[in-house]
Amino acid sequence: MTLGQLSWSRWYGIVVKEFIQLRRDRLTFGMIVGIPVLQLLLFGFAINTDPKQLPTAILAADTGVFSRTLVAGLRNSGYFDIQRQAHSEAEALSLLHSGEVQFLVQIPEGFSRRLVRGERPALLVQADATDPAATGNALAALSGIVDTALSHDLRGPWAGLQPRPPPVELRVHRLYNPEGLTQYNIVPGLLGVILTMTMVLMTGLAMTRERERGTFENLLSTPALPLEVMTGKIVPYIIIGLVQVTLILIAARWIFTVPMQGSLLALYVVVVLFIAANLTLGITFSSLARNQLQAMQLTFFFFLPSILLSGFMFPFRGMPDWAQALGSLLPLTHFLVLVRGILLKGSGLVELWPAVWPILLFMAVVIAVGLRFYRRTLD
Amino acid sequence: MSSDLVIDVRNLNKRFGTKHVVRDLSLQVSAGEIYGFLGPNGSGKTTSIRMLCGLLTPDSGSGTCLGHDVIRQTAEIKREVGYMTQRFSLWEDLTVRENLDFVGRMYGMRNRRDAVGAAIDRLGLGSREHDLAGSLSGGWKQRLSLAACMLHEPRLLLLDEPTAGVDPKARREFWQEIHELAATGVTVLVSTHYMDEAERCHRLAYIAYGRLLARGTAAEIVAERALGAWTVSGDELAGLAPKLVPLAGVDHVTVFGSQLHVTGRDREQLARSMEQAARQYGDYRFAPAAPGLEDVFISMMDNARDDRQ
Repeated sequence: MTLGQLSWSRWYGIVVKEFIQLRRDRLTFGMIVGIPVLQLLLFGFAINTDPKQLPTAILAADTGVFSRTLVAGLRNSGYFDIQRQAHSEAEALSLLHSGEVQFLVQIPEGFSRRLVRGERPALLVQADATDPAATGNALAALSGIVDTALSHDLRGPWAGLQPRPPPVELRVHRLYNPEGLTQYNIVPGLLGVILTMTMVLMTGLAMTRERERGTFENLLSTPALPLEVMTGKIVPYIIIGLVQVTLILIAARWIFTVPMQGSLLALYVVVVLFIAANLTLGITFSSLARNQLQAMQLTFFFFLPSILLSGFMFPFRGMPDWAQALGSLLPLTHFLVLVRGILLKGSGLVELWPAVWPILLFMAVVIAVGLRFYRRTLD
Repeated sequence: MSSDLVIDVRNLNKRFGTKHVVRDLSLQVSAGEIYGFLGPNGSGKTTSIRMLCGLLTPDSGSGTCLGHDVIRQTAEIKREVGYMTQRFSLWEDLTVRENLDFVGRMYGMRNRRDAVGAAIDRLGLGSREHDLAGSLSGGWKQRLSLAACMLHEPRLLLLDEPTAGVDPKARREFWQEIHELAATGVTVLVSTHYMDEAERCHRLAYIAYGRLLARGTAAEIVAERALGAWTVSGDELAGLAPKLVPLAGVDHVTVFGSQLHVTGRDREQLARSMEQAARQYGDYRFAPAAPGLEDVFISMMDNARDDRQ
């Protein structure tokens, strides 16, 4: 098969054509700018993995000083919003069952009295744990809350009831995101998710659109080479991707106050790499798909695991090994490591190399597949 | 002789799955010729043309197009051939000029600007050059397509039903253009369903169900088929037609305005039947006539279908 010579003039012609077409397609153009801004604002503000002010009901059979202290302590922690005072156990349980409250705190009869006597009375906390993420942090904070709340009142004659200090003093440093703000994690992640979606989809549609409209036949009848067509179609979307990234970064900096520890240059290098990987995938999808609908389906087939297995939504290390292996195939997984590393930790490209080469490898494989399946003829 | 042939292919075959779309197609077209390619829908015309310009790879067969091998040298063929697709296949969201500019770039033309300007002038597209191609009417789209496929001055034009859905005036102008091009030495292979267009071609090939059934000039094809034809005129023709169909030797009865057109492969038998019918239906005038190209093609198509079954 004669490959012929790559021609800059042809390549440039394809780039120009794509830009003109993109400019005329107002809706697509609007989506390209609108989607990232909208999603960023929506998800950036909406998603919170450390939920607070969770509705709580109290069933207090004891009104002693320690009970009151305890309730105040729960309230002050910020996790518990005490909305209801239940009067019977049946009523309390029905509140939990109907989902009206997330927690039910039961203070048994004679709680304060038994506490003073050193009888270690039980404090029952029942949680609606259907969604572990919603209750996890609040429950984890619980024992600390109880200890500190009571320590104020356990003075003088009752000082002996103070909890004994543990044999080891535990020191925890929460690095890179000391306040545990979800935004810091979500906003850089959104960068990757938005790029994955728009880049794969846009290019996925680009080639199938030609085929559906019949213009592909015309393109094929010219001397244009597959590599020229593929790369020529990619260029406008690289620029669009960079515009999206810049918009997101501006919002991250000024709206979500995400720290930017690392070098902006390194970030953009990584971004270009990631964009290129997604675009080659999109172009390959469009070579495989017969029409725009199929290209769309392929995109979503890729997009869902990208969101769920990459560590964007759920902790990557929480998945079983096979799922981690699967997730490692996805460029988004590595991009998340890169972008969070650069923005939050200030890592450099050299340290991050282990997350760079998988994206390069992914790209090489996808290009090979794409060129293999690009139909030079109509067969 | 053979150096004079622009298209010279032998025994081309193409299957799509179990469908044998083109069977043993052999075609020779000389330089400067306008070669008509006729046949019913789905007969393999488009597939044949696509094989000639390198868009489809033949399953078997061999040959050359502009001296390049149709199987191995498709890149060279693409550079030198102008191909106009059956459906409008330029970009509807580009303007006339942008489309031509793009095509010019694809062929790596050095003098692109001049060539695009010249093509616009030549085909009278000047008033519409900044209109989106998608907003053009059928006739304008066809002109634009022609301008696009001749932009790089190809030596061979492959036109796939270029005048489908175009009004008679535009068609006439189109054919004027084709003849002018042929006069400059460009070879044209054009597929069509219109008999008047077929008669404007220097030579013809008729293809049905993937098989080439006849070729030659229009007169040669008609003469070779030796079809019998009669015309019947009078009132109430519609009532007469069903009575003629079952007669021996009659293959087809067609109404043409105020005349019935009766054709049959067996000339003698047809003549006997017609003379007898003339006596039986005295109100009508029966007269022998010269068969036309359309009669011949319809007759051939029927035969081809019978052969296949």
